[in-house]
Amino acid sequence: MPEFPLRMWHALASWDAYLDGWIVVVGMLCAMACALPGCFLVLRRMSMMGDAISHAVLPGLAVAFIVSGKLTSAPMFIGAVAAGVLTALFTEWVRGYGKVDEGASMGVVFTGLFALGLVLIAQAADQVHLDANCVLYGAIEFTPLDTVMLAGQAMPRVALTLASILLLNLVFVVLFYKELKISSFDPALATTMGVNARAMHYLLMTLTAVTAVASFEAVGSILVVALLIAPPAAAYLLTDRLPVMLGLSLAIGASAAVLGHAGALALPAAFGYGSTSTAGMIAVAAGVLLILAALCGPRHGVISSIAHRRRTRFAVSAAS
Amino acid sequence: MPAFDTVLRVLSLQDYNTRLVVLAAAVLGLAAGVIGTFMLLRKRALLGDALSHATLPGVGLAFVLANLAGVAGKSLPILLTGAAVTGVLGAGSILLIRRYTRLKEDAALGVTLSVFFGAGVALLGVIQQMGASSAAGLQSYIYGSTASMIAIDAWFIAGAAGLVVIACAMLYKEFRLLCFDAGFAQGQGWPVGVLDAVLAGLVVTIVVVGLQAVGVILIIAMLIVPAASARFWSDRLAPMTCIAALIGACSAALGAMVSALFPRLPSGAMIVLAALVMFAVSMLCGSARGVAPHWLRHRRLNRRMDTQHLLRAMYEAQELYATRGGFGETAQARNIEFDDLLRRRSWAPASLRHILRRAERSGLVRPAERGCFILTALGRIHAVRVVRNHRLWEVYLITYADIAPSHVDRDADRIEHVLSPEMIAELESLLERDDRHLAVPASPHEIPAPSTDTVAPMSRSRA
Repeated sequence: MPEFPLRMWHALASWDAYLDGWIVVVGMLCAMACALPGCFLVLRRMSMMGDAISHAVLPGLAVAFIVSGKLTSAPMFIGAVAAGVLTALFTEWVRGYGKVDEGASMGVVFTGLFALGLVLIAQAADQVHLDANCVLYGAIEFTPLDTVMLAGQAMPRVALTLASILLLNLVFVVLFYKELKISSFDPALATTMGVNARAMHYLLMTLTAVTAVASFEAVGSILVVALLIAPPAAAYLLTDRLPVMLGLSLAIGASAAVLGHAGALALPAAFGYGSTSTAGMIAVAAGVLLILAALCGPRHGVISSIAHRRRTRFAVSAAS
Repeated sequence: MPAFDTVLRVLSLQDYNTRLVVLAAAVLGLAAGVIGTFMLLRKRALLGDALSHATLPGVGLAFVLANLAGVAGKSLPILLTGAAVTGVLGAGSILLIRRYTRLKEDAALGVTLSVFFGAGVALLGVIQQMGASSAAGLQSYIYGSTASMIAIDAWFIAGAAGLVVIACAMLYKEFRLLCFDAGFAQGQGWPVGVLDAVLAGLVVTIVVVGLQAVGVILIIAMLIVPAASARFWSDRLAPMTCIAALIGACSAALGAMVSALFPRLPSGAMIVLAALVMFAVSMLCGSARGVAPHWLRHRRLNRRMDTQHLLRAMYEAQELYATRGGFGETAQARNIEFDDLLRRRSWAPASLRHILRRAERSGLVRPAERGCFILTALGRIHAVRVVRNHRLWEVYLITYADIAPSHVDRDADRIEHVLSPEMIAELESLLERDDRHLAVPASPHEIPAPSTDTVAPMSRSRA
């Protein structure tokens, strides 16, 4: 009997109700908040916009800091969201005026903004310790330690932020459900029906930026992309209906958060190490769930389509 | 500000270290520009983004495995091999997702990028516990550390860049076909999948050597920005590739020099910003697709069209007087009222006045008494040509395209400005046997007399 299952069990048994509980809650809130705009990004084939926005917030953070001189969250939040929305705007300009392919215009804009952010941070390095690593990786493990009092209960600040963002996204999707649906599937029809597809685009981009920025603290800028895209992509492989897809992506995101944290505790333990980055493992868990969905999806899954092809081939050869 | 002699020293590459960094960066920029051109034209610009993120777990894994095997984990070739392995795996997973699921390119890229990067971050979390202080250096993979480059790194970059450029030169014909018409390439029996894989492999090569120089995120810029800039300067592949290589090399060298001159300017970021400046200049002034040249060309065309519309309107107005009042010099030279002209097209009074002023300046029109206008001799020559083109096309449409006479005016209104002399000659020879090769054929349809109401008829609206 190898001893690594035992070690994994021990790692999981050391689960702390407060710390690990809140980490999982924060992860779930973050994943669910990201899944809602993510569904529409995937449907509009704009997944990489999430990537571009999440890279490009760096100069926003730096400028907000240099202007306000403080590392408080409100100016930083506004700066980051503004940078995210500017990314969408600049990408649209480069694509529209320069007639550059969408992917390339995104690449030009977000790498440029990222480089600008690095330079600004390097210039301001004397006055502040604004670490680009924090933005890139996040620190979900420390979120339960930063609490605020709410109704007599100590709650992690990030959990409250993410819960309100999740609520905001839910309200947005419910209010604009019809407009989002039609402008995602048929922008031309949406325009003829009087829906402003352009306004919906920028509204969605703003929401993506707000969600991404709120999630940085928890999972970091690059792993936000995983939460924005992987659960909706998995849900897209499982269903053909938008409401089902939205619900499934919420569920898949939440399970990725739970599995990810458990994996972060247990997997390194199997090799005798302490827990690793929860954010990284959440991304991996989301990837694993996507692979499962791709393999076992009911209609579009690899296995079912192979079986379907077999059946068809048999039916065809039997008939002829 | 750095002193003048410091600037001179850096610019003339006198310091060994500066020389090394600048030359290595330039060579990397050159190769990235070349391969980036093909990626851009294949519409896969962001593949480099996904692949560069996918190298992170490879770096971590190679470090762990090397440590387990007892080799010094930070040795460059081992780490880069690991990076290349997961980079290729990332490319493979993108291809698989696209092939076997209904997810599109963008989702495939995004998922691969973030999940691989997540795995890398998780691995780094473990590596940090391995106690090895050597793990600290792995961080520089995210941002790169151009300034700390040593000779062996530079040779490594030069070798990889040479490989990529030679491969692109040898497969130039195949890549060109792949970029412009992949379907045709497939139909001709070219192994499109293999060629795509080779292209992705070359990108991985550049990404892996570039990681160390400029970091995971900024290498993406070197793959995309020079190629996107070059696209503004040329519509042909060979010049575009050369321009992209040039822009890549120049911006890399420039960025590295600026970073060497001023304190606290990270070289990777400066390289990207230098490339971005070149992109901005190219987008504004690029001769083939730049915004300013395009705008100028467009304005010139619009002005020519406006002038030609004016000339035709004046000619037709005169023609109308002539048919009403009998032929004669007096009718031909008759003054045309501003209001008469205004009613002939749906132009705003202000813009018509503007067009008239411009035509006056070029000597086509001159003002006559009581706010009237008259064609000059030069204007008449031009007007005859324009009207003739217009009517030739109308006659052609009626005779050969079976279009009703009442509908040809609008078509001809659009095409009259762009008919080439060869086209005119062809029309003439086609219509010759109909005995219509008059100086100016009569209008094949009734020219609507200027309406007295302010709204112009639809058929005469501006094209």
